[in-house]
Amino acid sequence: MATVTASTPRALPSGLLRHRAVHKLLLIALAAAVLVPLANARWASGSWPSALTVDLTSPLSKASDWIIDNRDSHPLFLYFFGYVSNAVVISVRAVYLVLLGAGWAGVTAFGALVAWRVAGVRLAVGTTAAFLACGLLGMWVPTMQTLALMVVAVLASVVVGVLLGLAAGLSRRMDKILRPVLDTMQVMPAYAYLLPVVLVFGMGVPAAVLATVVYAAPPMARLTALGLQGADKEVLEAVESLGTTARQRLLTARIPLARKELLLGLNQTIMMALSMAVIASVIGAAGLGDRVYQALASVDVGAALAAGIPIVLLAVVLDRVTGAAGDGTEPRGRAGWAYALAGAVVVAVAGRLLGRLDWPDSWTLNIAEPVNRAVDWMTGHLYSGVPVVGGTADWAGHFTTWVLDPVRDGLQGLPWWSVLLIVATLAWLIGTWRTALTAVLAMAAIGVLGVWTSALDTLSQVLAAVAVTLVLGFATAVAAARSDRVERLLRPVLDVFQTMPQFVYLIPVVALFGVGRAPAAAAAVVYALPAVVRITTQGLRQVDPAAMESSKSLGATSWQQLRQVQLPLARSALLLAVNQGVVLVLAVVVIGGLVGGGALGYDTVFGLAQGDLATGLVAGAAIVCLGLMLDRVTQPTERRTGKGA
Amino acid sequence: MRVRAIAAGGALLLLTGCGAADMTKQASPFANAQGAKSVTLSVQSWVGAQANVAVAQYLLEHKLGYRVDTVQVDEVPAWDALSQGRVDAILEDWGHPEQEQRYVKDKKTITAGGGLGVTGHIGWYVPTYFAKQHPDVTNWKNLNKYASQLRTAESGGKGQLMDGSPSYVTNDKALVKNLDLDYQVVFAGSEAAQITQMRQFAKEKKPFLTYWYAPQWLFEKVPMTEVKLPAYKEGCDADPAKVACAYPHTPLQKYLNTDFAKSGGKAAAFLKKFKWTTEDQNQVSLMIADQKLTPEEAGKKWVDGHESTWRAWLS
Repeated sequence: MATVTASTPRALPSGLLRHRAVHKLLLIALAAAVLVPLANARWASGSWPSALTVDLTSPLSKASDWIIDNRDSHPLFLYFFGYVSNAVVISVRAVYLVLLGAGWAGVTAFGALVAWRVAGVRLAVGTTAAFLACGLLGMWVPTMQTLALMVVAVLASVVVGVLLGLAAGLSRRMDKILRPVLDTMQVMPAYAYLLPVVLVFGMGVPAAVLATVVYAAPPMARLTALGLQGADKEVLEAVESLGTTARQRLLTARIPLARKELLLGLNQTIMMALSMAVIASVIGAAGLGDRVYQALASVDVGAALAAGIPIVLLAVVLDRVTGAAGDGTEPRGRAGWAYALAGAVVVAVAGRLLGRLDWPDSWTLNIAEPVNRAVDWMTGHLYSGVPVVGGTADWAGHFTTWVLDPVRDGLQGLPWWSVLLIVATLAWLIGTWRTALTAVLAMAAIGVLGVWTSALDTLSQVLAAVAVTLVLGFATAVAAARSDRVERLLRPVLDVFQTMPQFVYLIPVVALFGVGRAPAAAAAVVYALPAVVRITTQGLRQVDPAAMESSKSLGATSWQQLRQVQLPLARSALLLAVNQGVVLVLAVVVIGGLVGGGALGYDTVFGLAQGDLATGLVAGAAIVCLGLMLDRVTQPTERRTGKGA
Repeated sequence: MRVRAIAAGGALLLLTGCGAADMTKQASPFANAQGAKSVTLSVQSWVGAQANVAVAQYLLEHKLGYRVDTVQVDEVPAWDALSQGRVDAILEDWGHPEQEQRYVKDKKTITAGGGLGVTGHIGWYVPTYFAKQHPDVTNWKNLNKYASQLRTAESGGKGQLMDGSPSYVTNDKALVKNLDLDYQVVFAGSEAAQITQMRQFAKEKKPFLTYWYAPQWLFEKVPMTEVKLPAYKEGCDADPAKVACAYPHTPLQKYLNTDFAKSGGKAAAFLKKFKWTTEDQNQVSLMIADQKLTPEEAGKKWVDGHESTWRAWLS
């Protein structure tokens, strides 16, 4: 849900593939034979040679000092950023006041009626239940704050995204410029955005909204561009032959034809904005995220969950409603909308007259205590001394000593040029020389930034967590693909884990696995697993039933069937799952810094906590490079035809 | 098309040309709508800070008629937010000389608000059950002897010294190096993670060595004994790379935004007078962190029982 990849890989005939792979390998070997001795002679060192690093500490500190000293007086801040910030404050406040003015009954009724018009009765009931649950948990006001922030952030993201998408979709040159930028932003962990935004805007809602916009706009832009480029050529020609102007064509044909992509973009944007709303609580976003964050400080899982559940509910409802809007074929009548709006207004006015604007205090349910007791019991009994299998603490210890340590030491022990060589080989085998070049440059940039060692530490954690995710994810997906019942049972679980703010499960994870890299990996697995399971299940299910039938008639056992028919035919979905797994795991690495993951994640958190731009920004940039590299190494690209790369 | 663009540009210019938009004058969009008197307090992530704010908030709201907003911010960014007026007061600061120089002395956007009455101390601690079995562990000179017992998967072959949140003041890496200790500093990354890990260790009566600070409510749940480091002398921690001495005892300070201090009326006067003891703070912290009372309930409970103390702050 968090990210989409625009290009779907296309399987190449394996003979041709092998042939080309051999060619590529030979070329790389040749290049290596020439370059490696050169590099080794000039900069012989195991780790990245210090001669090739650039120390950004002093310029970054100077920039940071300049901003702090001039923030209250320089015209750039007074006449530009000041207005941006002001506009955000005013619009969030306006939405917030409307929401409060409508009262809880009005907001619930409005939500339910919109869901009814867009997606039918079932979702309307679900929406009502979700809003009431937010109130019951005693989270009405924080929910409204988050909602106000979200409305403004999503609207702004959509405007920015559509404008960028139009530019990229209509002009090939813009597309060439924007594509790499958007690709990079796609793999950028949310945390990396916070520091620069905070520096300019200070703590608070404006910074939070702007960070959210930067984070959530790219999928809208990508999908808008994709929708415009994918429009049926024949329809467009037909419209053109009617003598329409370019603008008419855009408004009457191209945009309506891209409706599905636009709505998918909206869906993605909303989901990303919601996940950012929680992370942005670190920089003063208020609302539900702030409640989760404050609960984390007093080590109170129950309270964190009470604020986390509304986020999950909002996410699920918004996902389903926008998803249904995307699937809906014909637009429904206007009359229904009018009735719906009128109904909502009536309920709001009624609530107002009855003096029931605020959620009544006596209607709340305290779930914190039972949840805390349950978590205490669980962590108390599983932590250690479980017969036969050993406790979770022992597993964590073994995982650290036998998996994480060897991988880290192995990576850090490799000479720097060989890491680049491996990256180049992997990326080229799976993609084109362009993607390989990007991957190598990204990896080299990490070295130049001077964080080579910690980046490899982070990389080792990512690799280990991805391996665990894939094993668990593929196993679950195979089970889900074989049985509808399992899939149905799994769906709500996946929804919850995909949307639950990571801050909520940090404490249980530490209580189970102790402090260190193991709990960081565990948190990453929890976060990345749902996407991997979803994509794989879908891929396995889409395998041609005819192929399955014929293999069955040939007497294949179900294991043979899985291994020899289903998995090979679902190859592209599996590769996509790997790619998504890697990107999502990397996104949690920063959060892992909060539970002892160390390396780049800790540096990013440190930078934010100490207002240290030099440490934080460099670590953030290194994570982005790492993400870019991993994405290129795992994302198969079809052979690009003439049009832009 | 072009005409419209020019018009839009003109409108923008007009809009921006009217005057400066000072970000320091912008309040939170969620602040009170009715124009009531409102105060924003910064809450740092540790519970002691929550306790200060809980009591101050309760008194401001119920005795002085203010509306109080709280924001959770890390220490250094909190100074920045205070300077910008996003926050009106920090009630507990553990000493940030660099920020003090910049904002209090140079820019004068922050005003010192007097002492909190609580003295803070950072140090290295071992659980008391471990110190009782091995009384000599409480001196740093003997720490190497126990390194093997304090080993974890994260610390590799060395003993583990657990550090907490990246926002806290720490010299531990330098200390380990300069005192030549066979220990590895492992950063828990957040106080929540550190506390959770300590409680897990304590449940099993396992030994551990940790960076910790007093006053802290966890001492009531997991009794800990401080490990003596070479004595602190004025200036011995001047060079962060060469530190080889203990942490100082810091009288915790309050800081107010300068504008707020001047024109904050009763609220500013109250916050300047706010001063209590370590025991008071611990009492409220325990109610929040251990009995899981909401800060508001905890604040009320303390206020109900200590009228003579807080009366003096209001006069």
